[in-house]
Order: sequence, then C-alpha cells, then structure tokens
Amino acid sequence: MKNLLDCDRGEKVKVSKLNAAYDLKQRLISFGIMKDAELEVLAQAPRKKTIEIKVGKMRLALRSEEAAQIEVKEI
Amino acid sequence: MKESNEKIICPITAKHIKVALVGQPNVGKSMLINSVSNAHLHVGNFSGVTVDKTEVLFDYKDYKFTVVDLPGTYAFTDYTIEERVTHNYLCAEEYDIIINVMDSTNLEKNLQLTSELLTMSKKLVIALNMSDEADKEGIEVNAQYMSELLNIPCVKVSAAAKTGIEELIDTVVKKFEGEKKEPKLIFSEAVEEEIENIVSYLQKHNFQAVNSYRNIAINLLKENKKTYEKLHEEPIWTELQPIVIEASKHIELHHNTDDIKEAFAEEYAAFNRGIVAEVVKQTTTKHEAKTLTEKIDRLLIHPIFGIPIFLFFMWSLFQLTFTLGNIPMDWISAFFTWLGTTIAPTISNDDVRSLVVDGIIGGVGAVVLFTPNIIILFIGIALLETTGYMSRVAFLLDGFFHKFGLHGQSFIPLVTGFGCSIPAYMSARILKNDRDRLLTLFIIGFMSCGARLPVYVLFTGAFFAQSMAGNVLFGIYISGAILGLIFAKVLKITAFKGVDEPFVMEMPKYRLPTLKLIWHTVLTQTIMYLKKAGTFIAGAAILVWFLSNYPHDVNLDKVYAAKIEKSVSVKQKALLENQLAEAQLGESYLGRLGKFTQPIVAPLGFDWKMNVALQAGLAAKEVVVSTLGVLYSIGGDVDESSKSLANNIRKNIPFASAVAFIIVIMIYLPCLAATTVFAKEAGSWKYAFYLFVFTSVVAYSLAFIGYRVTLMLM
Repeated sequence: MKNLLDCDRGEKVKVSKLNAAYDLKQRLISFGIMKDAELEVLAQAPRKKTIEIKVGKMRLALRSEEAAQIEVKEI
Repeated sequence: MKESNEKIICPITAKHIKVALVGQPNVGKSMLINSVSNAHLHVGNFSGVTVDKTEVLFDYKDYKFTVVDLPGTYAFTDYTIEERVTHNYLCAEEYDIIINVMDSTNLEKNLQLTSELLTMSKKLVIALNMSDEADKEGIEVNAQYMSELLNIPCVKVSAAAKTGIEELIDTVVKKFEGEKKEPKLIFSEAVEEEIENIVSYLQKHNFQAVNSYRNIAINLLKENKKTYEKLHEEPIWTELQPIVIEASKHIELHHNTDDIKEAFAEEYAAFNRGIVAEVVKQTTTKHEAKTLTEKIDRLLIHPIFGIPIFLFFMWSLFQLTFTLGNIPMDWISAFFTWLGTTIAPTISNDDVRSLVVDGIIGGVGAVVLFTPNIIILFIGIALLETTGYMSRVAFLLDGFFHKFGLHGQSFIPLVTGFGCSIPAYMSARILKNDRDRLLTLFIIGFMSCGARLPVYVLFTGAFFAQSMAGNVLFGIYISGAILGLIFAKVLKITAFKGVDEPFVMEMPKYRLPTLKLIWHTVLTQTIMYLKKAGTFIAGAAILVWFLSNYPHDVNLDKVYAAKIEKSVSVKQKALLENQLAEAQLGESYLGRLGKFTQPIVAPLGFDWKMNVALQAGLAAKEVVVSTLGVLYSIGGDVDESSKSLANNIRKNIPFASAVAFIIVIMIYLPCLAATTVFAKEAGSWKYAFYLFVFTSVVAYSLAFIGYRVTLMLM
C-alpha cells in the first residue's frame, strides 16, 4: 500500500485510510486529513525528514513518521 | 432557557452581553477584538499566540459587552492545552452568545469547528473575517445564503480593514435579544435515520429536557460526556442505552471505521463541502497560478538555502541590536548623568542623596539604558511572529531538533525565549505531550533573554573592540542555543524518556504585518520592560544600595579622615577615598554575605563583588548590571556606558573570570518572575526546584571549565 511519504513533490493523492493511533488520528482529522480528503505534496525538508502538504487550502507540515501512517491512493 | 442575563449589578438599565469568541487558530480573533474595542491584544501569525483566555470590556449603545478571546482550536479533540481551555470554557462557563470567527478564504476547513459548535445548543453568530483578503483572491461568499442554510446569522467582516464591525455587533445584539433557533445540520441518511430513532424514543416517553431531542440524540451518538452523564441518571437510560449502542454500530459500519469520532468527522466534512459548494464562488480563475506564499516558500524553505538564510536573518538581528542600538545609548546615559548631577545638590541629607542618586537613579538608569537594544530585539521577534516565517523555521528545523529530542514546534517557545523567558514558558503550551513540554521548558533558559543582553553588552564592550563586540554577542547567543540543544539531548535520554510527539503543524499564509501591529506589539513589551525597571528593579536597586551601605562603620571613617587630611597630593586623596569606600563596602551586609559565600565561587575566579552581583541576579538579570554599577563605581558615577564601569570592570576582573561570569549568566535561572511562571506552566514547584538545581550545577561546572581553559590559553 502506498503512503504519503512515498509520494513525490507535486503529487496529488487521495487518503484511503488513516493507520494512526487514536490521538494522532484525531489530530489529523481536525486538520481535515480523513478518508477521501485530497492532498498535494508541496515541499520536502532535507532527507524527507519533514514534508509540507496541502489539504484543501491549508498548508500543513508533517514529520516523516506521521506521513507514513497516512495511506493514500492515486486520484 | 435560563433568563439570568439581567443581573441587577448595574444601576443603569444597561444589559450585559457576555460573548465567547471562538475560531480556529490564526483566523484573526485577537485582531477582531482589537478592532471592535480598540484594545491591544497580542497578535501573531501562527497558532498559539493567544494561549490563555483574555477578557475585553467595552460599551456599545445600551449594552455592556464582555468579550472573551479564547485560544484558537481546530476541533474539540482536547489535543493541546489551548483546545482544552477553549473546550472547557465553552462547556462549563456562563456566557450568552458565541461568535465563531472564520477565515473567509478557507471556509471549508473553518466550518469543521463550526459544525461542532452547532451541536452545543448555544446562541451563535458567525463572523466571516478576512473578507477583504477573500475579495482580493476572487473568493465570493454569499453570507445571506449561508445564514439561511445554517439558520445562523453570518456577517462579513474584516478586522484588518475594520469593515462590517458595527454590523457584527448589531447582529450579536439582535441574536441576544431574539429566540434561540435550532441550527440546520444535516447528516447522511444513515445517521439521520439513527437520530430519528432516538428522537422518536424520547418523544414516546415524553422526556423532559432543556435542549431539543435532536440535539440530545446527536450528542449521544457523538459520545458527548456531559449528555451521557445526564442521561445516565434517568430511568429511561436502561432502555435507551441499547438503542444508542446499536445506532453507533450502524454508523460505524456505514463509515467502515471503529471510531465514532472519525465517522462524525466525515459526516461534518461532507456537510461542509455541501455548504461551501453552495455559498462560495471563485470568480477569478487563477487556480493553477502560484500564489505569493508558494513563491516565497520556494526560497525560504529551500532544502539547501533555507537554514543558511535563517541563520543570516538571526545574525543580522544581533548585529543591528548592537550597532544601531548603541547610538541612542549615549543620549540616555547623558540624560541620567544629568539627572543625577541636577538632583544631587537639592538633597541635603547625605544618606538620602546617596540613596536617590546612586541607588535609584543609578540602578534604574542602568536598566533603562538598554531599552534601544531591547526594542530592536523585540521588533525582530515580532516580525518573525507576525509574518508567518516562524512556522517555516519550525518546518526546516524539525528534523534537526528531533535528533536532540526536541520537537519542531519547540522552536517557537525557544525563539520567544530570546526576548523574554516568561512568554516563552507560556507559549510552550503548544506542545501537547507533557514530557516534550517539560523538556522544552527546561531548555528555554539557555536561550539568553533580553534582560541578559545588558550584561553581555557591558562585558563584551569592556573586553572587546567595538568592531568585534557584535560578533562576540552573536557567539554568546549561539553557544547558549547549542548548549541548550546538547542538554535537551541529555535530558531526553535521562529524565524525559518516552514516545515522541507527532509533528503536525499548519503553515500559515505569509502576511505583511501592518506597522501599527508591530508598533503595538513592541510598545506593549517595551512598556512592560520599563515598568519592570521602574518598580521591581528600582526596588531591588534600593535594597542593594541599602545592603551595601549599612552598617556604616564610623571608626573606619575616622581612621581614613585622619589619613586623608595628612595626604598632600590630590591623587593620593582620591586613592584613599576609594580605599575607604571599598573598606566600608566590605563591612556592609552585602559585603559580609558576598565574602561569606565567596569560597563557593572562588574556583571560578570570582571575587565577592561578582558573587554578590550573581546572587542579586537571581531576582532579575538587569539587577546584575545595576549591582555591578553600585559595587564597582563607588565614588564615581553609576553609569556603565560611560567609560567608567566598563573600565573598572576591565581593570578589576581578569579575563578568565569574566568568561566564567558570562557562562554563569548564560545558564542559571533567568529571574524570579520567570521562575514563578515556569513553576505554573510545569505544573509544580517541584520542577522549579529541579530547574534551580539543574541550571546551578550546569552553570557551575561549565563556568569552572571555562575559567580553567581560558587560564591555560592566556
């Protein structure tokens, strides 16, 4: 299964599942990252330690560990 | 409904309206309050500027308004402290009406919080803020239609351009006077069916409740604690509970999840998408054109250039602090010298004159002197906060910080720490995880605060050429930060072991702050600094003056008076006078204390005067300079920018001791006020004690090493 960390810069994907634990899941949901939400990878910090994504109109920074818990599929 | 609004406290017939201001972070809540009431709340461009609720009072027509500015929250997940503060307030406190502030340019995201507010059964008004920005971006929001769809009044406003403010207040008044209306919140068919099930059950049993059945049903399904607790005590619960459990199961199945909250989040999102599709129109078609923010981000968060650019900004800030800040210092010092010499002849009593001139004017002057440097530093930090650059740096540094056991968002309190430790301790609340927050709290002190700047400026000025001083200053700050990182790692693997907190952070749009905004932010902080100088520091200066002047040994006076009379040259006379002053000082309370504890600091190369200055510095770092001023300049004037104090320090303090002294200043407790705030934020005085021990041990050990190494090299 593809996750958000596997995506390249500029790639647009759709969330298929959140594999995060309860707390992180709630956090992601409160930022609008949930099933069927469309995401775009905007930027990556050196060595993909942190990535910047776009959810709706909001830009969001995520650490690689968190990004890996977001399962995505191509649109 | 309760009719408790007409309280008879006010003799006039004015009505009180208590408004809770709620919104997601960074939608301009504080700025809206400032526009409405001409208050000056601190405004920033990242989440977590308003960390605690603030109340603002103002009058409008016949109404007395109390507006409570609540910390921004994305949703009611109780994830961060701010979310908990807001959620608890909304659920437990008394208020009349909620204003939900939204960012018009991003309604879909903002509506997520709104849909949670809709289930609270409170009067609600929506303020569509940043409508001017939306216009610029070609986003058209039909507020009228939106009001109808949600059955909640929506008003377009712009806090920045001050438009629609009056309409908003009028709407609030109207809503306050009118009846509460049930908001329209429509779920998917599957959920609606379950709600209907519960509602009809409640109807059948004619259940008595304040809120509507629909509201109770939704809250039961959402597993709202309060609703649960209330119904738990009702006799119908035994029958109702299985129905609710069954309903939840159906909804979870429908959403293919085992988490009812996730299911409801998806329900809300679908509803919100529907609303946005109806009321928002993108008029200009510039969908794929890169926005300004994206262009700037290209450069500022560039994988290679990003960090060097940031370091360059910081270096420039410290250079400016030293070079530009030094210009008005001469004027200020001239003013205080003039003040001292003008006032001195008007006071006949020797003791009182010494108290006023040496104690108060000298002590306070020493602190006021550094106002220009402080202002420059505050402007720099205010720019960092308001433009949105702060979050970018957190993004860039998270990977690096993470290695040291810190969180990318720790960066925000840490940078604030360069200004003052107190707001820094408070802003550490953006960290959710207790361990991460405690770790950050312990490290903040390593970021040298503005109050330590005077000590650094004094010592670098005394030992280095003007051209080098700025670089040395930057070096001191950087090495403090590096030490902080190292000790973060040490603490992380010893005291604060545990799982890392996730890093999920919004990157706000870049905004050019208005001059007014910067002006207010800097002004408030500068006034706070000066107020501290006028009250706390003046008090401390008086205390130090008293302790250093009493008890006065009359015999010493007599002995020296005889000697001075015999002396022939003026030079010898002056020398003897200084010797007398020093001997008197040694006999004073302060001198005795300093000498008594001096053996402890002897290995660091400190004399008793430095020892006393450091102890006084526990109260506040500004006091270090004023104390050194009092102790080293007896007989001279107590004004450290004038060559005398710097000269005296260069003459009396060996370089190695000065290095050790600066190291101690860098590391040990910032000040009494900050320590109190630290204890409050950490949750216990126990931690303040740990912090004291931790910083003292580290400061002592490193100062010892610094002293020995410098001695070997010299």
